[in-house]
Amino acid sequence: MKVGSNLEKVLTSGYFAATGELGPPKSADPGVIRHKASLLKGYVDAVNITDNQTAIVRMSSISVGIMLLQLGLEPTIQMTCRDRNRLAIQSDLLGAAAHGVKNLLCLTGDHQRFGNHPTARGVYDLDSIQLIQMVKTMRDEKKFACGEEMDVEPRFFIGAAENPFADPFDYRPYRLAKKIAAGADFIQTQLIYNVPKFKEFMKRVCDLGLHEKCYILAGVGPIKSVGMARYMQTSVPGMDVPEEIVARLKGVPKDQVRKEGIKQCADIISEIREIPGVAGVHVMAIEWEEAVPEILELAGLLPRPKV
Amino acid sequence: MIKAQQKPIAEIKALIAPYHRILILGCGTCVTISFAGGEKEVGLLASSLRIASAMEGQDKIFAEATVQRQCEWEFIDAVAEQIQQADAVLSLACGIGVQALAERYPDKVVLPGVNTTFLGMAVEHGVLVERCRACGDCILGLTGGVCPIARCAKNLLNGPCGGSQNGKCEVNPELDCAWQLIYDRLARLGQLDRLAALMPYKDWSKDYDGGPRKIVREDLRL
Ligand code: SF4
Ligand code: SF4
Repeated sequence: MKVGSNLEKVLTSGYFAATGELGPPKSADPGVIRHKASLLKGYVDAVNITDNQTAIVRMSSISVGIMLLQLGLEPTIQMTCRDRNRLAIQSDLLGAAAHGVKNLLCLTGDHQRFGNHPTARGVYDLDSIQLIQMVKTMRDEKKFACGEEMDVEPRFFIGAAENPFADPFDYRPYRLAKKIAAGADFIQTQLIYNVPKFKEFMKRVCDLGLHEKCYILAGVGPIKSVGMARYMQTSVPGMDVPEEIVARLKGVPKDQVRKEGIKQCADIISEIREIPGVAGVHVMAIEWEEAVPEILELAGLLPRPKV
Repeated sequence: MIKAQQKPIAEIKALIAPYHRILILGCGTCVTISFAGGEKEVGLLASSLRIASAMEGQDKIFAEATVQRQCEWEFIDAVAEQIQQADAVLSLACGIGVQALAERYPDKVVLPGVNTTFLGMAVEHGVLVERCRACGDCILGLTGGVCPIARCAKNLLNGPCGGSQNGKCEVNPELDCAWQLIYDRLARLGQLDRLAALMPYKDWSKDYDGGPRKIVREDLRL
């Protein structure tokens, strides 16, 4: 056990993990957090809090993480390389750890061009792999990026993201290996709709023995409408939404689409559970958090283990 | 070479508005090759400004000149007299040329007529692309001769981001993903194993983060 977070305990005990996601508001309203937290509490092993997702300014991931701790949920904070240089990242992480945050997802971050401040300067002092390495060095060697030592180190269960559907496809498992070599303890994948392609990716991952070196959580998420499915299919970089996913939603009456989306998500989870090497699922239902308990119930993942 | 683009005419007009005698000064090197500020562009810009000035009932006087390189003292001194006669110099050189003029002629108003855009090359006639950001610590030897600092939108050092698809960059689908290019080159060279090595944190102090840079070659000083 490296840090003893609930997520780490669930995974090391061999349970199939289920984590959720919470998108902070574009305002200073703590009520939104309380409401969303109440929808997820007790249904997931940890809750990811996005860090200015899609480069849109929102309440900070760390501050929401602290609120979740107070509300009795386990947070996984996110940290991107887009907005902070190595000084800012390290100081924020010291603070997060001092507040009791134990899980951290390290990301490069969506380019500022896609967000609501497209003229901002992007930082990118480090890339996500260097960020992982820096956090690991802080935790395991008690050293800052510059090599200086510290008394009390921040202890994080280190997560990283991987998109099995991006190009070059052949390189993706090796990139995963690089993240693990840098220090990733767990991986969250991009949303999976193309299960056969993900299976192929996982086969390669297992051939390299990577599933034994870190926990791989498959990203899943319900689709609300046919329009959203089409949008994800055509306009989101790095997303792979096969036609049958859209067709299934199209095949039901309009007022049934949301219900079908939830069922479809649960079915994908059941398929993914059968794939060797997958240690859990990460359910991303941003602005639709109330769907999460139903999805997990349908997928047979409730109640969550007490560890 | 340094690539530049002429500023919009409205912006140029606003810049020169307070002045009467204006010298439009081109440069015969980089901006000539990028079709932004050579002799030809000086002529074209002077004609449009003359017409605009006449139509708006002003009587501005535009002189034209082009030197071989605006970033070297001896070349700008060749037009010292014309510079002295002007109220303002509208330079069509890169930002280096503009500053060379400002430094050499401390009492003269010097205005930029182009936006200095990047260090790059023409890949086909009329298509200019960025290739280098002068980071001060070249890593092309590790990346198959393709620069991830200048050509990856997030200057990633350890492989492609999750948005690389069909060889294109997620940030600008008109551009190739630098990491796809690096991957393909290393594959051809039989050096894919290089991608396994973790690239150390970059030393940005050699880039502009270390403050303005200076090279002193003692062996060459007089
Ligand atoms: S690594 Fe630096 S010096 Fe080399 S091409 Fe790229 S930006 Fe230029
Ligand atoms: S798509 Fe390629 S070039 Fe564009 S940001 Fe990602 S890795 Fe860099």
